[in-house]
Order: sequence, then C-alpha cells, then structure tokens
Amino acid sequence: MHDSDERALLRLLQAGDDAAYEEFVRAQTPRMLSVARRFLRNEEDARDAVQDAFVSAFRAIGNFEGGSRIATWLHRIVVNASLMKLRSKRRKPEESIEELLPRWQEDGHAARPAAPWAAEKLVEQDELRKLVQAGIERLPESHREVLLLRDIEELDTQEAAEMLGISTNAVKTRLHRARQALREVIDPALREGT
Amino acid sequence: MLTCREFADFLMAYLDEELEDVQRDEFEQHIELCPPCVHYLATYAETVRLGKQCCVSDDGPPPADAPETLVQAILAARRVR
Repeated sequence: MHDSDERALLRLLQAGDDAAYEEFVRAQTPRMLSVARRFLRNEEDARDAVQDAFVSAFRAIGNFEGGSRIATWLHRIVVNASLMKLRSKRRKPEESIEELLPRWQEDGHAARPAAPWAAEKLVEQDELRKLVQAGIERLPESHREVLLLRDIEELDTQEAAEMLGISTNAVKTRLHRARQALREVIDPALREGT
Repeated sequence: MLTCREFADFLMAYLDEELEDVQRDEFEQHIELCPPCVHYLATYAETVRLGKQCCVSDDGPPPADAPETLVQAILAARRVR
C-alpha cells in the first residue's frame, strides 16, 4: 500500500467509516489469525485473541499517529492479545529448559561435538516444518514466547522486553537458550550420516 | 583461549556484533582451531533461519481462510461497543 493510500485508510478508520472498517477487517484477519495461532494451540483461543485485538485497536485508533504501518500496529496488538490469552491459560509451573540445553564435559568440551547438517534433509519441507514446529512446542513457555516474539514475529529486544515485562538482558538470555535448546532438539534428525 | 562451552555462551552476542574487540578476537581464534564449534555456529544460525521458515509461510500471501464467523464477530463487536 502506498503512503498516500495508508494515510487515506487511517483517516477513514479514524472517522468511523463502516465500509473501510469492514474492508480492513477482511484484509487483515487471515494474517492476524496466523499470528495468534502460532502463540495459542487452541483455535478458539486464537480467534478470541484476534477479536480482542481488533476491538482494542479500534478503541485506540483515534490516538494512532501513523508512526508505523497500520498493519504493523495491529500486529503488535494481536501479539499482545495472544500473550494475554496465553497467560490466562497458564496453569502449572513450567519445566526447566536445562534438560534441553547442550551438555558439557568438565574441561569445557561438548559432550557430543557438533556435526554438519545434511543438506538434503534441509529441503524436505513438510517433514522439516513438522520437526521444527514440534521442537518449538517442546520449549518451556517462557522461552517459547521469547523465540516467537524475536525470531518469528521479528520484534526487537526492547519491544519484546516491554511486552513481556522483563529486562532486555532476560530477553537475550532466554532467546539464546531457546535457540540452543531448539538446535539440540532438531539436531539428531538433521545430522549428516544419521 | 575460550573453551567450547564459553564459545557457545557468547555465540549470540558474537552474531549480534555485541562483543568487545578483545572478546571477538578470542572468539575468532577459537573458530580457526575448533571444527565442532564451526559446525555449532553454522547449525545455530540454521536453527534461527529454520524457525522463521517453518513457522511463517514465505511462498505467497497469507492463507485466505479467515472464517466468516470470525469476521462477523469482529464487525459485531465494534457495533456494540
């Protein structure tokens, strides 16, 4: 969308134009639902989060000054609504990530030295997708959400920290551990010669 | 000389170019001498790439599967607010 179209759309939305609102909802809902589904395992929860996000967005649209694309602004609201929904569903204490991290010998060498991954295994799309998605699902929630925010939704460290209410250092630590754990989990299936 | 464990601990900071010059030099010396850590670095970076690739479809527009019931619920929620 050109900048002039974006500004025109924003004016219509801020003026409460019904047709513009409906068009915007129809255009953005598929992508926003995909975002919510990445955070929430339950389809009903994902739909609730998207609906909550649109309601929040249109309550706040009058104050939106166009500092980013409208879709980018809405994306952040959907991510936040998804995190809120995730929190409301959290019941039991999460497992430690330590079990999934690389293991080390006393002298600092890896217990299982890294090996290259087989190129042919990296192009088998369906299997690869299932493998990686299952790996992400195995991460403890506090690490999975950081990985989703930073590596998948591409928020920067500061944005992720603000959204989660933690320090930027905590975001960096969790992200690095989440990546290490995910690497460990998918490594056996991707190593050359396995 | 860094150990492999220290190499792994500092890996993200290295990739984000957040290491001090001295630390970066030590890191790069380790890379030259330790093939397993070269593989670790490559597969760590590949993990980040695969995470994105496998969770977000890059091959075209997002699926046009917005359920009409959801669209109608969003439109209705605005009307009653």
